[in-house]
Amino acid sequence: MLTINKLKASIGDSEILKGLDLTIRPGEVHAIMGPNGSGKSTLASVLAGREDYAVTGGKADFLGLDLLEMDATARARSGLFLAFQYPVEIPGVSNINFMRAALNGKRAHEGLEPIAGKAFLELVKEKASLVELDGRLRNRSVNEGFSGGEKKRNEIFQMAMLEPKLAVLDETDSGLDIDALRIVANGVNSMRSSERSFLVITHYQRLLDYIIPDFVHVLVDGCIVRTGGKELALELEERGYDWIKETVTS
Amino acid sequence: MAYDGKDKVLEEVTAKAYEFGFTTDIESDKAPAGLNEDIIRMISAKKNEPDWMLKTRLDAFEVWKTMEEPEWPHLSYTQPDYQAMSYYAAPKQKQKLNSLDEVDPELLRTMDKLGISMEEQKRLSGVAVDFVMDSVSVATSFKAKLGELGIIFCSMSDAVQEHPELIQKYMGSVVPTRDNFFSALNAAVFTDGSFCYIPKGVKCPMELSTYFRINESGTGQFERTLVVADAGSYVSYLEGCTAPQRDENQLHAAVVELVALDNAEIKYSTVQNWYPGDADGKGGIFNFVTKRGICHTRAKISWTQVETGSAVTWKYPSCILKGDYSVGEFYSVAVTNNAQQADTGTKMIHIGRNTHSTIISKGISSGRSQNSYRGLVQIMPSAENARNFSQCDSLLMTDTSGAHTFPYIEVKNPSAKVEHEATTSKIGEDQIFYCLQRGIDAERAISLIVNGYAKDVLNQLPMEFAVEAQKLLAISLEGSVG
Repeated sequence: MLTINKLKASIGDSEILKGLDLTIRPGEVHAIMGPNGSGKSTLASVLAGREDYAVTGGKADFLGLDLLEMDATARARSGLFLAFQYPVEIPGVSNINFMRAALNGKRAHEGLEPIAGKAFLELVKEKASLVELDGRLRNRSVNEGFSGGEKKRNEIFQMAMLEPKLAVLDETDSGLDIDALRIVANGVNSMRSSERSFLVITHYQRLLDYIIPDFVHVLVDGCIVRTGGKELALELEERGYDWIKETVTS
Repeated sequence: MAYDGKDKVLEEVTAKAYEFGFTTDIESDKAPAGLNEDIIRMISAKKNEPDWMLKTRLDAFEVWKTMEEPEWPHLSYTQPDYQAMSYYAAPKQKQKLNSLDEVDPELLRTMDKLGISMEEQKRLSGVAVDFVMDSVSVATSFKAKLGELGIIFCSMSDAVQEHPELIQKYMGSVVPTRDNFFSALNAAVFTDGSFCYIPKGVKCPMELSTYFRINESGTGQFERTLVVADAGSYVSYLEGCTAPQRDENQLHAAVVELVALDNAEIKYSTVQNWYPGDADGKGGIFNFVTKRGICHTRAKISWTQVETGSAVTWKYPSCILKGDYSVGEFYSVAVTNNAQQADTGTKMIHIGRNTHSTIISKGISSGRSQNSYRGLVQIMPSAENARNFSQCDSLLMTDTSGAHTFPYIEVKNPSAKVEHEATTSKIGEDQIFYCLQRGIDAERAISLIVNGYAKDVLNQLPMEFAVEAQKLLAISLEGSVG
């Protein structure tokens, strides 16, 4: 699905990713944890093709395509989805108009006709129920006036609509109360399949109680320094990151 | 479903430059360049006008000669040479047309290209059209059907002949000759335009529309529109405009007057798409237009404009709220790209008691263009309990463009409530990236964001026009974010 080799990226003069390796196979759920400033969100942005970051080295293969050569739109249309840590508000553009533009963009890429109005509405209804996104939120402007939890649910709704092959969730749990966390996690779990992979970026083990990962990676200073199973997350929760930092430096 | 139409519009947006830049090869009757009494007499004679009309013109010319072109707008351009242009150009055609079949086929093809079908298409959508090319109105549809309701909808030339009492009563009553340099010029040399009268208590059953087209080179267009809504009547009026792509600057100096008598309502919508000049600022229309309406008791006038064209725009559609409880509204989206300049806004003059006005202005500047909002809210001593709400937003697409706001507020009655909100923002890279990450390409993303930004105004347009306007916004901003 995704193979990253020695990825280096910087913003301005500072190098954030310093030779990161990661392989994600179809159907796997990977979690990335790490202290503040270790490069977790940078990794998400670089994968999604944000141009603020300069890729200075390494390779990334996504479904046999050279990911780093593709623009952000092409990456999205090829099946890479990023659930934003801070979803953006777009005043005056209704949520469902936005989704329709997105879905039709993807369909055009796949050589399909734009989706018919009725089929689209049915799809919206079905996917919105996954994250309990009511009609009011569907018709409002994209994320405008949404609460923190509503924004995150909206991200998962969009993911469900676009049915990506690889979904990167960037701190989707931040700012969620326990009910919203459960709703979001259920939405994600209902989409797990042998064809679809997830990269879950989080600070806290809490989310991983709900979305059980196959692998947990620890990112420190721009590199993955340790990989384990879901029990690694528990260990991190208990002991913090310092002991890992120490083992890395020693 | 609301999203249906809008989505279709956005899908239709493709990489297009100015779409209406063609010229029609049609034999034209054109006056020699220059402005003097003889030319004015010639125009009047061509139109077989009564003496009072000629006198009005000559008086206006005398006034104009004493006036100076305004220099206060935030605009920089070379003033036109008023002696170098021609003041009359008319497509040659048979003297009097009895039906559309007699219209020159070349003209019909032009209308077709512009998307104005005088026949079937408009019959279906129920819009009556008056088509003005260069100096004359060439065709008006649905006259007979409207006539049954007592509605008069015809060219200004015909109105002068057939309804002199209405013209004498109302023409110049809202925008007097000496109002400003361009209104005086227009009063002297106007060649045609549209006239509309809605009788007492009649709700006009269809949208009335005038389509203005400049075709000839070396000419200016000076049309005059007068809409009179008698007591308790309603009309929605649309105006569209395009011009060929030329290297010269052409002058468009129009006057629009609206009269809303007691309890009447006029909704006036404009999609202005005059040729804006090329990317280097060469050519394009100088759009110097005076638009004003007067509201009598409990009357309402609503101006909606989508301005995307013209090299230079100078235009302030205004409302005189004379009657008690009258309402004035102004909704505007002004887009400037490349080297375009716009100085536009409104005036709300509150005279009557309990008068209300609303101003929503959305400026969008791209390229190295300059976009100014200039508005006056004036509360006269007699305007007890007047209310105004103004919101002026500016969106910058580039670092090299400029947005300016010049709000003037004069309150002479302490019971007034006047609110003014203004914002300036740069198009969010976060917003664009968010769209890109969802698989929406850059052009489409900008179109979505800009249309969303302008939504409060676009929502005021009649459906058919809204579609047009959304397309236009996207096209006007082609390639504006790198």
